Amino acid sequence: MRWLFLLCTFALSLPAAAAINVFACEPEWAALAQELGGDKVSTISATTAFQDPHHIEARPSLIARIRSADLVVCSGSELEIGWLPLLLTQSGNGRVQPGSPGYIEASQYVAKLEVPRAIDRSMGDVHPGGNPHIHTDPRNIAKVAAVLAERLAQIDGANAATYRSRGQAFEQRWKEAIARWEQQAARLRGVPLVEHHKGFTYLVNWLGMRDVGDLEPKPGIPPTTSHLAQLVDQMKQAPAKMIVYSSYDDPKAAQFLSQRTGIPSVMLPFTVGGSDKAKDLFGYFDDVIARLTGPLQ
Amino acid sequence: MFRKKWCAAALAVTACSAHAQQSDEVKRLEERVQQLEQRVQESQAQAAARQQSESAFNPAVSATLNGVYANLKQNPDSYRINGFVPTMGDVAPPPRGFSLGESELGIAANVDHLFRGTLIAAIQPDGTGVDVEEAYIQTLALSHGFSVKAGRFFSAVGYQNQVHAHAWDFTDAPLVMKAFLGGQLKEDGVQVKWIAPTDLYLDIGAEFGRGAQFPGATAGKNGAGSVNAFTNLGGDIGAGMAWQAGLSYYQTSPDDRTYDDPLSATANSFTGSSKLWALSGVLKWAPNGNNTVNNFKVQGEYFRRKEDGDLTFDPAGAALADAYKSAQSGWYAQAVYQFMPKWRVGYRYDELSSGTTTIGLVDSGALAPASFPILAEYKPTRHTAMLDWSPSEFSRVRLQFARDYSRQGEPDNQVFLQYIVSLGAHGAHRF
Repeated sequence: MRWLFLLCTFALSLPAAAAINVFACEPEWAALAQELGGDKVSTISATTAFQDPHHIEARPSLIARIRSADLVVCSGSELEIGWLPLLLTQSGNGRVQPGSPGYIEASQYVAKLEVPRAIDRSMGDVHPGGNPHIHTDPRNIAKVAAVLAERLAQIDGANAATYRSRGQAFEQRWKEAIARWEQQAARLRGVPLVEHHKGFTYLVNWLGMRDVGDLEPKPGIPPTTSHLAQLVDQMKQAPAKMIVYSSYDDPKAAQFLSQRTGIPSVMLPFTVGGSDKAKDLFGYFDDVIARLTGPLQ
Repeated sequence: MFRKKWCAAALAVTACSAHAQQSDEVKRLEERVQQLEQRVQESQAQAAARQQSESAFNPAVSATLNGVYANLKQNPDSYRINGFVPTMGDVAPPPRGFSLGESELGIAANVDHLFRGTLIAAIQPDGTGVDVEEAYIQTLALSHGFSVKAGRFFSAVGYQNQVHAHAWDFTDAPLVMKAFLGGQLKEDGVQVKWIAPTDLYLDIGAEFGRGAQFPGATAGKNGAGSVNAFTNLGGDIGAGMAWQAGLSYYQTSPDDRTYDDPLSATANSFTGSSKLWALSGVLKWAPNGNNTVNNFKVQGEYFRRKEDGDLTFDPAGAALADAYKSAQSGWYAQAVYQFMPKWRVGYRYDELSSGTTTIGLVDSGALAPASFPILAEYKPTRHTAMLDWSPSEFSRVRLQFARDYSRQGEPDNQVFLQYIVSLGAHGAHRF
């Protein structure tokens, strides 16, 4: 019993880390927390742009990180249902449980698209709360930024002024950037595209593009040859301008359809870190717009 | 002058009429705003009414169904693991032909801001009733890495014992679990766990249980009938690889633990101490950590058990008793590879060593070794290969072949074709 007591004493006597530990489920929220917190926060992302955030192993390293987190920021809308609840219950960290100030579900603060009217698993991996990939519309990022800055100020009262002023500065820069992107992407309005997964619904909606088909026969179900054959026929009658797949999707299906139809396939970084240029949130949207407008040159 | 006055009057009239028009407009707008406000309030009231209904707090409910077709060379009724004390547990292969596996029903929800509750019941296909697989509460709000679990739960002995059967990579349990844990060890008790505040995952924990299930057997005493201490280490190697290694030590003092020797049909009883060390390791790999297309998993465990006490031969009849001592071990290693989306192949090798067993009744000459035929020295082994197909994360169909040398001199060829599906809320899986 004595060793247990010693361990407890050891655990409690460890110095509190100087920076606020932010555990983000996805890289976009880690990048946003970094923008808002600067050197006052230490961020870690549970996933990368090359991983499918629906399917993540509840790895020991993630439990270790969430155990020391002061704030958990995730997309929510059941995107992380297969791994986050386990990390939270295993963490032994009462500060970041759902309902406490240390827990943010970003999708709660934006208007969600593709909210299904009926739910059935025969429809594929649909999310009852709506499409969870909200980060592909920069206007959503702005809404989450306001919530996140305020939450950081609440958790770390000593640096509240810093978070608020950084938040305002970010809001201003972001507004200007959105205006720039909308101008650059003006000619994408009405352009038809095929997506691998419904991962860019919010982007398509923001830019006024038209999603005319998906490589996945149903959300979350890998492409099948029969479904791809159908798409080939569909594209012959009403061709899309591009076939879009993300940095974590298997490119084979998009390449297959591209070869059969002559429609260019475009890899979009799914989030921050998904391409060389997508180093931060600004770079991410710069790169996404550049890659989308590329085939129209 | 006159013209100026006329102009002013004309201006006033137009201004007045414009003003009147504007105020009409404002009134209409005001009315519309009021109507809208009323509507918003109504819909908010409706939404509030919905949230207040009791069903809004329904827990997450899930069901797991599975069925097997088995083709077995040997009759599963004669299943035994030579060299090892029979666990009297559910370790035999499923019956020949078609059979339904256990149907699992799970209910889980946060109890309140402090606790989470989980119930997993297994409905037996033969109508023998409902088994409580797991029913526990666990703390949510403790901090500094501490968590406490109480109730019935899969004991933290080794690795796979804590994984639900529907999430196993093979149809049946490794031989070490069959021989040393009687299948899967459930404990009624309390588990305390602490996670270290380090980037490298480290946990240390202890379980205090009833010790009623094999290898234990309690005679209703106060205090803990079993104690299990465990620790796990884990981390990442780059973005693509994650590992975990664990060590556990389980101790119990079975009192009158009886078994029927399947080869001689006599009953025997053991009273003494049973200590089990379990060493486990898991390594998972996927390109860039993205497991959707390809992934690879290796897993292995080593168990070593020492028992020391008294063995009573035929307690109901001859009732001869003398010292008994054994040191036995076993291990398995398995690898599973997803070579394309939905499809996985796997191979597992099992080996047990009956080690050294000292039976006082035999050493003293009171009985012949043939009186304890199941305990005769033997090294059971098994080779298993499987192929499975998972059209979605909620369904799986598996084909498995095994060459099983659990029974001395009677190797068994086993073919299983199995489906496992889960309905409703599907909880996250452990690493």
